[in-house]
Amino acid sequence: MTTATRPVRAPYRFADLPALMARMTGDEKHALAASSTLDVLWVLYDRVLRVTPEPAEDRDRFYLSKGHGPMAYYAVLAAKGFLDPDELDTFGSFRSRLGHHPDRMLVPGVEISSGSLGHGLPLAVGTALGLRARDLDEPRVWVLLGDGELDEGSNHEAIAYAARAGLDRLRVVVIDNHSATQGWPGGLEARFAVEGWATARVDGRDHAALAAAMNAPESGRPTVVVADVDEPFDHH
Amino acid sequence: MPGAMRERFAEVTTDLLGSHERLSVVTADLSARLFDEARAAHPDRVINLGIREQLLIGVAGGLALAGMRPIAHSFAPFLIERPFEQIKLDLNHQGVGAILVSAGASYDIAGGGRTHQSPGDVALLSTLPGWTIHVPGHPDEAEAQLRAAVRGDDPVYLRLSNQSNARPLAPVGRPGFHVLRRGGAATVLAVGPLADSVLAATEGLDVTVLYAATVRPFDTATLRAVLADQPEANVVLAEPYLAGTSAAEVAEALVDRPHRLLSLGVARDEVRGYGTPRQHAIAHGLGSAGMRLRITRFLAA
Repeated sequence: MTTATRPVRAPYRFADLPALMARMTGDEKHALAASSTLDVLWVLYDRVLRVTPEPAEDRDRFYLSKGHGPMAYYAVLAAKGFLDPDELDTFGSFRSRLGHHPDRMLVPGVEISSGSLGHGLPLAVGTALGLRARDLDEPRVWVLLGDGELDEGSNHEAIAYAARAGLDRLRVVVIDNHSATQGWPGGLEARFAVEGWATARVDGRDHAALAAAMNAPESGRPTVVVADVDEPFDHH
Repeated sequence: MPGAMRERFAEVTTDLLGSHERLSVVTADLSARLFDEARAAHPDRVINLGIREQLLIGVAGGLALAGMRPIAHSFAPFLIERPFEQIKLDLNHQGVGAILVSAGASYDIAGGGRTHQSPGDVALLSTLPGWTIHVPGHPDEAEAQLRAAVRGDDPVYLRLSNQSNARPLAPVGRPGFHVLRRGGAATVLAVGPLADSVLAATEGLDVTVLYAATVRPFDTATLRAVLADQPEANVVLAEPYLAGTSAAEVAEALVDRPHRLLSLGVARDEVRGYGTPRQHAIAHGLGSAGMRLRITRFLAA
């Protein structure tokens, strides 16, 4: 193949992300799982997280628990300087660092290895406890979950404990594309609210609303922001 | 009653929390009261999660990711078997370690039945890379292993038991196998709290007895060195957990030498009885008379 000119140049904007994702999927329309997280990931990395490619000990942590469809994640990491965009072309190949589920031991900027559902939030609870024990009071610990992922019981052990432990630096964003097989009567945030979390639900495509909810002042409680997205889904 | 090893674990951990500022202890209700004093002194580092064992390991992984050295503790079935995927993914796959300290061993809680027994824990952890697995046979050994583990950041399993040998048999700071007795016809590897029973079972037999308070990594070098002095490579494993747990390690150690192997340990089949740990040991052929019978038959075969 011939050397292609880069389709976009830094600094990257949200509108540049589809082209970055197309380097992995070969398809401008890209996969649904990646699509549902793209807006939230962009707002997180563009307006919320205090992270840079050179990790500082008091950085914010971002744990992508829903590790499926990581193309959006890799695209955002590339756009924000964690990854060379050229590396996106290797996506999924044997010697690539960019697998179908992200691996923190391989990919710069990736804080946890995920793929199996229901692990990110318990890990984040531990990290929030660890940062508190180390008197690192600034970092927030962010976790991205899916509404279907909340079926996993391990999340509910973490949800129940986190509020009781007063982990006010713990923040969760749930992409709610209404894919949970049995649904969440009363809204999934009810499961958080009853345990003592602060909750908010916003349009998952509205960047200003997402940023406002995610940057809301500390409430003394852990916070969940539900990003509502209306889209069809599949199960793999 | 927590037993001598678990009591020692709580005492030593309480002491270590004072000198290791990154050390943290996480429980899921079981044994939490043993850490009341430590929790009062270090409320941010002595954490009781309630009866949530998936969270127990997830939190340990998250603590390690935050730069802490976590100890997670529960009874063996709830620490290893129930949250096994968390061990695989929240520790190994994240590239972080923790010290998992179990109580109950294979059948310490004899009256509790199968739900509270975990003879397969060492075999399960053996499917994962990088684990140091300690099976102390005495509270002093457990203490030395715990103190050493706290200084590292790798994955360590410390399998406490209410069963104990009369005295410590492993020299402090040397985790490999140790020769307790020398003979010519076979080598018996006695693991942890089974050692006194193995010594009684092999009294007067022409066998070497090795002692292991640490089974992973498996001390291949010592096993091979001992067998080099024996004309035939006859090996007996005497493990206080699932029989044959270390059979693959023996096979690998002796890949270039024809050998025979007898694996003594806890049977795969459930013993649907209660009673005492001693009765369970006898039921599994791990009393000294039962082991002597099977070792003698093996030598005669």
